[in-house]
Amino acid sequence: MVNISSTLKIAFRALKVNKMRSALTMLGIIIGVGAVIAMLAVGTGASKKIADQISSIGSNLIMILPGSTTAGGVRMGAGTQPTLTTFDAEAIQRECSAVLEAAPVLNGVAQVVYGNLNWSTGIIGTTPNMLDVRDWPISSGRPFTQQDVKSSTKVCLLGQTVVDNLFGDNNPIGHVVRIKKVPFTVIGVLSPKGQSPNGQDQDDTIYVPVTTAQKKLFGTSFPGMVRIIMVKAKSTQELSLAEKQITELLRQRHRIGPKQDNDFTVRNLTQIMQTQEQSAKIMSILLGAIASISLIVGGIGIMNIMLVSVTERTREIGIRMAIGAKTWDIRLQFIIEAMILSLVGGAVGTITGLISSEILAKATGWSVVISPISILVAFGFSGIVGIFFGFYPAYKASLLDPIEALRYE
Amino acid sequence: MSLIEVKDICRTYDLGDVKVSALCGVSLEIEKGEFVSIMGPSGSGKSTFMNILGCLDKPTSGNYFLEGTNVSKLSRDELAGIRNKKIGFVFQGFNLLPRTTALENVELPLLYDGMNAKQRKELAIEALRKVGLEERIDHYPNQLSGGQQQRVAIARALVNNASLILADEPTGNLDSKTSFEIMELFVKLNAEKNITIVIVTHENDIAAFSRRMIRFLDGSVVNDMKVVKNG
Repeated sequence: MVNISSTLKIAFRALKVNKMRSALTMLGIIIGVGAVIAMLAVGTGASKKIADQISSIGSNLIMILPGSTTAGGVRMGAGTQPTLTTFDAEAIQRECSAVLEAAPVLNGVAQVVYGNLNWSTGIIGTTPNMLDVRDWPISSGRPFTQQDVKSSTKVCLLGQTVVDNLFGDNNPIGHVVRIKKVPFTVIGVLSPKGQSPNGQDQDDTIYVPVTTAQKKLFGTSFPGMVRIIMVKAKSTQELSLAEKQITELLRQRHRIGPKQDNDFTVRNLTQIMQTQEQSAKIMSILLGAIASISLIVGGIGIMNIMLVSVTERTREIGIRMAIGAKTWDIRLQFIIEAMILSLVGGAVGTITGLISSEILAKATGWSVVISPISILVAFGFSGIVGIFFGFYPAYKASLLDPIEALRYE
Repeated sequence: MSLIEVKDICRTYDLGDVKVSALCGVSLEIEKGEFVSIMGPSGSGKSTFMNILGCLDKPTSGNYFLEGTNVSKLSRDELAGIRNKKIGFVFQGFNLLPRTTALENVELPLLYDGMNAKQRKELAIEALRKVGLEERIDHYPNQLSGGQQQRVAIARALVNNASLILADEPTGNLDSKTSFEIMELFVKLNAEKNITIVIVTHENDIAAFSRRMIRFLDGSVVNDMKVVKNG
């Protein structure tokens, strides 16, 4: 058997004879590998963006909304019937084993004034564990406590956007802002969180103790009423269990008979997001699959050229056979030629893919993530394409009759 | 033991409807160190016979023993091994690889024998020296004259220390002066190295360089005689 370095030398020489032809054949692989890498980068970027958004709203989230009211046969829509209370939230936290934290929310929009500046923003009345539910740390100052909730203290946490609009570069902690003309002391600033999955600025908000919101800001139709309860399940696996436990508990607490509808809605936010992430992943696989079709077309190009090359070099094959080349010597020669075409094409294609992903990211503003695995897969795949599509021409060459081949003009 | 022992070999080509017999009932022996010329008109079966001697083809029936090995029973790759180690070919059209230097052309049989680069180069230079071409080892075939190309081909046939050199009309593409030079080279190799040489030729003055002449007609041997040298 011939050693590999001599075979490589022979192969490179053969490819150099037809430079243009070799280059064009490689172009097929270059485009294929480049497309696979760029498409996977776009796809991975999209799913990573969604994954980031999931972690920005907080993981394993469940949202409980009150049900709808019917007034004279007219159904008023979700949230119109005030059925949830802070006590519900406490009960959920206490009694549902799959639930890590449950925080009540009483929200509303209000004008906030500081000095001669004012700003309209969403006010969220809640309990201290809300920060855990949303995975939202404080960037400066301190969070409010259970004691603040108990005694309805007039303290608040500001979102970054509110700080920017009312305080500019100044430190807001310790200053007093007026929300609906009620003075609140700023005790902390929430760390910036950015956009929510549906495009809202999550930092345009103020957190206050839920009791303060109930008593001083928005008022309630009955004691302890809240609009939403946010729940964090212990794990992704326990999301469905948590949902079930919450539904059972609330039906019991709200005294709903077996044939009656729920007066609340349980929404699994994470599941919705995960479905989106799933579809982004499917999208990226789909893009990769379409791109790999061009890689296969490139491989067919290699096979085509190798077949031409075998025919052209019939006499050379005859000479080699006459002086002792065995079946696998001839096969290896052509397979290695095909592999050089595909691997060099793969290497250039990888670079092309990286560059075009960068250009795509710059031009469109999409988040593009190039994973080393996608490079490995595309490059490895191009090598396999070389072997696969190089084998048939090589096999054909090795079956030539040496006498016929020597006579070939 | 003879170098070549051919027993009653036939070669028929199956062309679908008809079977064409190219060679029939040929039996002969060639001893080590002989210089044999094979003559005969076109279609007499001499090329078929050479192909069988060269292990490029197998007889349809009969046996061919090369150094005692029954070659007619071997597989394709085993035949390739025999060609590589025991037989050197010289063709009418030289059959050197284009865009490959004289040295690399001569190295080729050693390459398929799996020899390392350093040894290959040494042996190839040695073989080129034997044919008087050590000055032109880096030349490409298209930079060499016909006679020089044929010398490279002879060097390639010699490089593996083959016991048998088969030359199919080696002077067919050369002018008469160069032809004689090539034939003298064969005579010298035969005399000095005791290499067995079998050549196919049309021309009597070429055949006159050999010491035994076998004449083919219609697929059979019609004449097998010693060449009488003048002087």
